[in-house]
Order: sequence, then C-alpha cells, then structure tokens
Amino acid sequence: MNRLGELERAIMDVLWETPEPLTVRQVSGQLTARDLAHTTVMTVLDRLAKKGFARRERDGRAWRYRAAETREAYVTELMLNALDQTGDRQAALARFVRSVSGAEARALRRALEALEAFEQADPAAWPG
Amino acid sequence: MFPAVLILAAVAAGCVPAASALASARWPGRSPAAAILLWQAIGLGWGLAAVGALAGLGAGRGQAGGGHAGVVRAALEVASRAVRGTAFRARAAGLLVDLRLFFVAAGLVLLLLLCWVLVAAFTAVLRARRRQRDLLSLLAHGDPKVPGALVVDHPAAAAYCVPGLRSRIVISAGTLKLLDQAELAAVLAHERAHLRERHDLVLLPFTALLRAFRWSAVARRAESAVALLVEMLADDHALRHRPARELATALLRVGAAGSRVPSGALAADGGEVAVRVARLLRPAPGLSAPALALVCCTAGLLVAVPAAFLFISF
Repeated sequence: MNRLGELERAIMDVLWETPEPLTVRQVSGQLTARDLAHTTVMTVLDRLAKKGFARRERDGRAWRYRAAETREAYVTELMLNALDQTGDRQAALARFVRSVSGAEARALRRALEALEAFEQADPAAWPG
Repeated sequence: MFPAVLILAAVAAGCVPAASALASARWPGRSPAAAILLWQAIGLGWGLAAVGALAGLGAGRGQAGGGHAGVVRAALEVASRAVRGTAFRARAAGLLVDLRLFFVAAGLVLLLLLCWVLVAAFTAVLRARRRQRDLLSLLAHGDPKVPGALVVDHPAAAAYCVPGLRSRIVISAGTLKLLDQAELAAVLAHERAHLRERHDLVLLPFTALLRAFRWSAVARRAESAVALLVEMLADDHALRHRPARELATALLRVGAAGSRVPSGALAADGGEVAVRVARLLRPAPGLSAPALALVCCTAGLLVAVPAAFLFISF
C-alpha cells in the first residue's frame, strides 16, 4: 500500500476510536510516533472528507472531524457486496460462489458429507 | 433491398431461440471457452441484425434512395417532423412514409439504447470498484495464509476479486477459518485466473443487456449461462496448478456456508455450485476438433452474415 493510503488508514483508525469530533491538532497528537506535519494531517483529513469517510464541522475557528460511519458499518457494506446481497446485479466483483439459496446450501452440505465419507473409505479414489 | 432486410430480420429473430437452446444445452460445460464465443456471437449478431433490419425497413427501396442516404434522409425527416410536432401522423397518403420513419426511429433508438446500457453499466462498475478499493484500503489487511490477497474481518464466508487495473483478491476471515491451506490456494488460483483473463469484461455486456431488458427471460438466461461458463473457465485454470479435490471441497464448503438467499424459485439441487463440483469430480472430455470447428464457424457466420448484409445494403 502506498504512503498516502497508509496515512488515511491510520487517521481513520484514530477517528473510529474516538466518539467525539477531533481537531487536526488532536489527530496529529494521537499519531506522535509518525511525526507528521500539521498540513499533511489536514490534507489527508480533507481527502477522507471528500471521499465521504469523514465528516467535518466548524467549531469556532477550527474544523473538527469525525468518522462518517462506524468501522462495522463499512465492513457490513463490503460484505453485502461480497455476498451479492445488495439486490443490484452488476459485474463489479467476481465471486468465488454466487449467491446460494437455503435449499441449495443444504444440498451442498449433504454432498460434502457424502464426499468426505467416501474419501475416508477410499482415499485413493479421488481424481486429480 | 428487401431480401437483405428479410435476412437481417430472420437472423435477429433466430437469435432468440438459439440463445434459449444454448442456455439449456449440456455441451458448454465441456468447452466453456467455445460456448462463450458462441454467446458473444449471438449477442453481437442479434444487435447488428436487429438494428440493420429496422434501418433497412425504414430506408426502403426506390424513391428514398435506399442505402446510407436513405437512412440518413429518413432519420433527418424523423427529426424535423418531431421538431414540427407532426411526426408519425398517419394520413392516407403519408402512411407508408410515416411507417418507414417509424422503423428508422426504432432502429436508432435500439442502437442508442444498446450503446447507452453498455456505457452506463461500465461506469457503474468502475464506481463500485473504486468504492470497494477505498473501503479495502481502510479495512482489509494481509495474511500469510493467503499471500497476495486481502483479508476482511467478518465471520461470513466470502471470497471474491475486484477486477481492473488495480485489482484485489479478497478473502473474509470466515473463509480463512472454513478452508484448509490447500483449499485456500485453490480459491486463490481460481480468482487469479479471473483477474489475469479479465473475465469481468466477458460478462459485462451480458449484465448490461440484462439491466436494459430486465423483463426478458432470454437476457436473464444468457447472463446466468455466461456467468457460469466464466466460473468454469477459472475453475479449469485453477486445475492446472491445484488438484480437483481441493477446489471441489472449497466450493462445497463456501457454498454450504452461504445460505443467505431465501429459497424460492431457485433450484434445490445445489444449483451452479453443484454443477461446477460435478464437473470437477467427473470431468467430461472437451469437444472434439470437428465440433469445436462447427461452433467457431457458427459464431463467425452469426456475426459475418448481418455485418455483410449491413455493408452491402447501406
């Protein structure tokens, strides 16, 4: 991952860990190990706000930033797409297994059990 | 002019039963690449023939001049009448002209629609992939068990790739727990084949067509058939590096873990996954050389015939 991506990630981690909105200086303060310039942190926070991952609000003369959604909400968004559960079929992702119905899943589970029983009885019978 | 229009119309109409027949045929599983070629030819041939037949009907013969000029003149007349608000007014004398204008307009609309759905589907896909990559760069992490892939911490079993110039392979923590090392390697080999061969670009036009013709059973069957064929291609590639057993059990485990779609009209026999597993464990020989040649010739004719008639008539 490039340096910018890594910084975005570190800054989002800070925002996710803190429930209240943070100023740029507070965010820098939590990343002391990295020794970042104030302007760098500000630029990355701006980028995150443009992408919709961070929200910013005026507080006197300073901007305060917070995460737009929780980390869990974003993981859920990823997984809903990964599992083809958004109802919008498009070829954006290539899934190892496309969506499977409950009945299909039961049939596959039975097939797996049958295969494993068969394999235990005669391991040499497998092709490949 | 008329025979050309008739032939184009016949090709366009014939593509629909041909697609249905191909969707229910059994041989595509034996040579997925050849079957995909035939699907592409049916799609392209249908588009060319349908647009060409409508344009040809509109251009007519004789007075309007036929050919390019005929279509262009008719299209201009459609536009000018539309502007003056008298388009398609069926007076006794103007009926024939109006009917021809209607066909040209229909041909133009179909052509624009086909181009538009492709562009729209492609931009939607690009946007969705950028969002995926952005989210992954914030949330996912590497794992020594799946070199070259990203891991998302979620208990559900998912494995997929984000195709494109900056591609990603993604495995959920649930899948990592569910599969053993050999099965994971088989999954990675399968996903890498998708990325390397850009199978997403093969599927895209069929997804776009389905989005444009949601009501069409043929479009839905074509999309499902091509999606399954593309998976088979990737399975076959994975088999070059990994034994069939690992890929088969990986498919069964991920499929069995993934029961989130309420079962309704879907098949209860294990569906696509069962078809793929059966194919891995009991491989059928590929099509013979003559059969492959026949498929390729059919595909070539399906595109060449409408293209030639379009060229000759206009």
